[in-house]
Amino acid sequence: MLSRRNPQLNVHGELIHLLSIEGLPKAVLTQILDTAGTFLSVNDRDVKKVPLLRGKSVFNLFFENSTRTRTTFEIAAKRLSADVINLDIAKSSTAKGESLLDTIANLSAMHADMFIVRHAESGAPYLIAQHVAPHVHVVNAGDGRHAHPTQGLLDMYTIRHFKQDFSQLTVAIVGDIVHSRVARSDIHALTTLGVPEIRAVGPKTLVPGDLSAMGVRVCHSMEEGIKGADVIIMLRLQNERMSGAMLPSAGEFYKSYGLTPQKLALAKPDAIVMHPGPINRGVEIASDVADGTHSVILPQVTFGIAVRMAVMSTIAGNQA
Amino acid sequence: MMLQLDAEALYTELREGVRGLLKPDAVLVGIWSGGAWLAERLQRDLGLPGGDKGYGVISSTLHRDDFGSRGLAAGNDPTRLPFAIDGRHVVLVDDVLYTGRTIRAVVNELFDFGRPASVTLAVLVDRGGRELPIAAAYAAAKLALPATQRLSLARAPDGEPGGAFSFTVTNKTTE
Repeated sequence: MLSRRNPQLNVHGELIHLLSIEGLPKAVLTQILDTAGTFLSVNDRDVKKVPLLRGKSVFNLFFENSTRTRTTFEIAAKRLSADVINLDIAKSSTAKGESLLDTIANLSAMHADMFIVRHAESGAPYLIAQHVAPHVHVVNAGDGRHAHPTQGLLDMYTIRHFKQDFSQLTVAIVGDIVHSRVARSDIHALTTLGVPEIRAVGPKTLVPGDLSAMGVRVCHSMEEGIKGADVIIMLRLQNERMSGAMLPSAGEFYKSYGLTPQKLALAKPDAIVMHPGPINRGVEIASDVADGTHSVILPQVTFGIAVRMAVMSTIAGNQA
Repeated sequence: MMLQLDAEALYTELREGVRGLLKPDAVLVGIWSGGAWLAERLQRDLGLPGGDKGYGVISSTLHRDDFGSRGLAAGNDPTRLPFAIDGRHVVLVDDVLYTGRTIRAVVNELFDFGRPASVTLAVLVDRGGRELPIAAAYAAAKLALPATQRLSLARAPDGEPGGAFSFTVTNKTTE
């Protein structure tokens, strides 16, 4: 149905949940990036906390493991003065057989105001968003292979911080794209923000062919993929999601697609190198590159907190 | 009835009023956005230390009490204080003082950066209608406006810093 409203937006077109970057208008993305800029400066204050979510309860629901994302969401929520409850959900109710919606109903009865959800099943955050009370907000912190919208937004913040303007950029996303929800979110965001050239670089087994339908240039050679790039986004080789023989070996992958100083030299001289983490040194990226002058991997982590503050405060301020 | 307020004449009065409020080591902090324009021009006209960029700008966004109903204000500049405020005499500047809620929010914002020695407030127009126990140390004009009217400062659009000021009065439409 063409007329069906994007479930993330209210009737005024304001963001009430963040489930996916796909389908969000450019103005919504830009406003989050602008708001994140405000929150970045909160880190420089004596009091690194603002009261926007005071009295609100944010539940971190991570059905799948994560340290960095869960921690940065927790820090972001605390800097907004929310109370944060971390549930080790994989080891508790779910293991005892409780359904996802029953878990949500129980936590809602504990007066949750926001759920931050990571789940191995694509679409789980959508299901939750459809069943929560109107005042409750949901943020997708990664669902299956589908989307990781806050990572996409923090990547956009990082690119804008270092490159200012999206309209002239060549962005190469390298590695295990088929398993990567980060890659999908990045591609949607880059497209919406007007990046003219997006390349997906990797072996045929890891770069899905349907990407060209999304306006992405598929490159199976690293040289072709990196040449002249302004931004290189390296992805982690996701061994835990691989079934069967998609790759000969990690060593073989590094030889062909690992980002070494020699391959990086093909990009623009002022290219930036990004990675959502955790990095595998010597698998997808050389230590010399990860720690080198082109690398903005650690700034990405810092920006991630400000971007998550922006997302949480934006959706919390909008009514369903 | 059309209200006639000569913003330029009031600015001249405000300038002298603020001059009287300035203790040694005082700093100007303008409340975004109208107050920031005023602070920018006062900084220069009063020849305060630190040069043209020596004044601060403060935003109420992160401390507003209507966040729950109105959400985050878009397009608001972040607070920029190019000096340590600990022990300083801070003179807040704004165009219009009305309910006092913005002042409450920016005072909270200010204290996130340190502990000033004192905070005073100077405004172009005090339009009454206070909802909090807040008062200006100096107001160039005092008048009573009905709650249905919105009074805001505008700056000449030529982009010239310190361009001419004017007031606009609009009727609030019921949403």
